[in-house]
Amino acid sequence: MRRLLLALLLAGVVAEARESGFVLMSPETQAMQRDDTANPGMLWVEEGRALWDSAGCAGCHGDVAGMRGVAARYPAFDAASGGPIDLAGRIAQCQEARQGRTPFPRESEEALALSALVGLQSRGMPVAPPEDPRLAPALARGDALYRQRRGQLDLSCAQCHDANAGRHLGSSPIPEAHPTGYPLYRLEWQGMGSLQRRLRNCMAGVRSEPYAYGAAEYIEIELFLMRRAAGMPLETPAVRP
Amino acid sequence: MPRTGSAPSRRMPLARWAPVLALLLAGGAAAEEGIPSLTGQPGDAARGRAIVATRQRGLCLLCHAGPFPEERFQGDLAPSLAGVGTRLTEGQLRLRLVDGRRLNPETIMPSYYRTEGLVRVGPAWQGRTILSAGEIEDVVAFLLTLRD
Ligand code: HEC
Ligand code: HEC
Repeated sequence: MRRLLLALLLAGVVAEARESGFVLMSPETQAMQRDDTANPGMLWVEEGRALWDSAGCAGCHGDVAGMRGVAARYPAFDAASGGPIDLAGRIAQCQEARQGRTPFPRESEEALALSALVGLQSRGMPVAPPEDPRLAPALARGDALYRQRRGQLDLSCAQCHDANAGRHLGSSPIPEAHPTGYPLYRLEWQGMGSLQRRLRNCMAGVRSEPYAYGAAEYIEIELFLMRRAAGMPLETPAVRP
Repeated sequence: MPRTGSAPSRRMPLARWAPVLALLLAGGAAAEEGIPSLTGQPGDAARGRAIVATRQRGLCLLCHAGPFPEERFQGDLAPSLAGVGTRLTEGQLRLRLVDGRRLNPETIMPSYYRTEGLVRVGPAWQGRTILSAGEIEDVVAFLLTLRD
């Protein structure tokens, strides 16, 4: 028992060495994320609740509370494609394969609403990437993409988010790039956005050509970022400046 | 056995390092000379200042701070540009702008006058350098005026 406690404490210490982008935000923006009545992301969650019933998710899955823990272990291995699938992809797959309907397009308000609702069920739970050896090649590709210099400015994700996290790019503090809050409400977007939208922003920032929404590269990067954030609590729906 | 087995690989004889050292030193010397003008024309320091101070144009203040009281948000990813005109010669400044990776392959400072070796450049920027040769000369002329 003691040993277990010690292990848990140590794990906590290790996890504390990493910081969510939340920590770098102003007290006002932090308060906005903390208070569900002030967090604009909750509007999408509410829309998601309505869709859960009207779009027929409840028919198979029952109460959405049954989705507790799910968002913490995505991307997961998908037998159909033989590779990783992200949560948004899984939701679309349910619509397509099981409901025989056209899925809500990626980044549509409906798709974001359902992802936010399912994500909220795991809020506060530690990121728990699946230990699935079949994901190893995709994970390695994600790691390489994270270290790949790209764009006219020739910068890699790692150069900003590992080597310079906490410093300032102009006025913006550089976060450690943890994927723990998505989909989230970004003040600059004045709307909700997925992790892929965030990655596209960073790619465009270095004057690089982003991949199309849903591209395998994003899911590989997400797989890598989730592994890197293992043990950190999920924040969905987070708020960012 | 494991001890003696691993020793030779760890302790590399100095002789084997000598060529590497010589190369590094030679590289350093070439770097210190810097590179000659890209245009053969003197740059315009006032235009150079505008490029450096305009965030979207030069991008410099995203990373560097410097004597720009009107620019409120300056980055802290790089050394301050204040006094850089006393620390580096014209040719050395030009080299750092054109392609700082020749001095430090790991640098985060973009190469302002290089198009080869880049990956997935956005269509709007393909085949184009960040600054033109004339703009580089303007920035160099301006940096030389930063003397304290
Ligand atoms: C030149 C610096 C730079 C590069 C290169 C860069 N980013 Fe970012 N990134 C930022 C900054 C700054 C932010 C904070 C938001 C903002 O101000 O735009 C950010 C935000 C993020 C976030 C959001 C974190 C949060 O707390 O919500 C993620 C995830 C991320 N980046 C991943 C990446 C990945 C993956 C790459 C490479 C494809 C990358 N970034 C490349 C500067 C960079
Ligand atoms: C993305 C970050 C970044 C940007 C943008 C950037 N730099 Fe730099 N710069 C650096 C870093 C970091 C160094 C330190 C040397 C190194 O990394 O090798 C540096 C070094 C320098 C030096 C040498 C300074 C010294 O004291 O030795 C000069 C001069 C310089 N930069 C000028 C500029 C100018 C002018 C611009 C814009 C036209 C610019 N930089 C844009 C990151 C940047």
